[in-house]
Amino acid sequence: MPDLELPDVGQAAPDFSLPRSPREAMTLAELRGRPVVLVFYPADWSPVCGDQVTLYNEMLPTFDEYGARIVGISVDGPWCHAAFAKDRNLEFPLLADFEPKGDVARRYGVYDARHGTTERALFVIDANGIVRWRYVSPIEVNPGADGILDALDALAAKGDTA
Amino acid sequence: MSLRTPVGPHDHVQGALDAPIVLLEYGDFECPYCGEAYAEIKAVQGAMGPSLCFAFRHFPLSNAHPHAERAAEFAEAAATIGRFWEMHDILYENQRALDDRSLSRYATELGLDDALVASALGGNFSERIRRDFQGGVRSGVNGTPCLFLNGERYDGPREPESLITMMRRML
Repeated sequence: MPDLELPDVGQAAPDFSLPRSPREAMTLAELRGRPVVLVFYPADWSPVCGDQVTLYNEMLPTFDEYGARIVGISVDGPWCHAAFAKDRNLEFPLLADFEPKGDVARRYGVYDARHGTTERALFVIDANGIVRWRYVSPIEVNPGADGILDALDALAAKGDTA
Repeated sequence: MSLRTPVGPHDHVQGALDAPIVLLEYGDFECPYCGEAYAEIKAVQGAMGPSLCFAFRHFPLSNAHPHAERAAEFAEAAATIGRFWEMHDILYENQRALDDRSLSRYATELGLDDALVASALGGNFSERIRRDFQGGVRSGVNGTPCLFLNGERYDGPREPESLITMMRRML
């Protein structure tokens, strides 16, 4: 399957349906009506990813203040996600882009075919499903959350958060 | 990456705010890497003397470190009687004993009264800790320890020799 380009700011974010647990799926469309932070990360259990998701987990009250939902996506399977989330006390959904592997990451232009993982990429999507900010981080760098908060601020200033 | 809130009188500092070098740490009292940084920074402070001002802001990752937030509360409670740095040191020197009972014992040893201990246990300093945390996130802090040197993010080696060599060059 050919990889697509990164969706541009102003374009609709490609919809998807991915397992959020061994038994349930989650779609992007069902999150419509509030800003969504999509976090593509290479792998459960890797040191940088662990730090990154720990930070976002700590920031859940802040994302709540913006009315935003945060969702992680990697190519790990749902049972792997479940074990990782339990180990790190994660309280936001981790979606499994597992079969076909990396399909959603490819549609967002952030699949790293050489390593067989997603890249480390962030998307902020507004309440209408439009990409408002995106950032692809060097794979070894935890991008933190300052860019996400600036993007959510910009949405709030335009009255797009709720 | 630059620091969005400069180090100032509202911060916990060791040294003069107008020192030529200001090192700021965003730290978590239960984080083992911060424990390593604690000893490293002490050595750097010893070598640099008054040319270095060291500041500490809270960045507890409570889901990963269940005692970090409470420990930060106790550091703030100690600050109200001018004993922040003593508590900071005690916490880093006892990272394996940060349960409520241990924290209360350290507090009593430092002269905090029962009301202050209750206040720390009750989360009365959470506002300050959250402000530090939020400010850190805004400045790109993505884990601990996270250092800023004269307002710029420092991700280089933390061994005292490297830091001291670099700081001497900055003088």
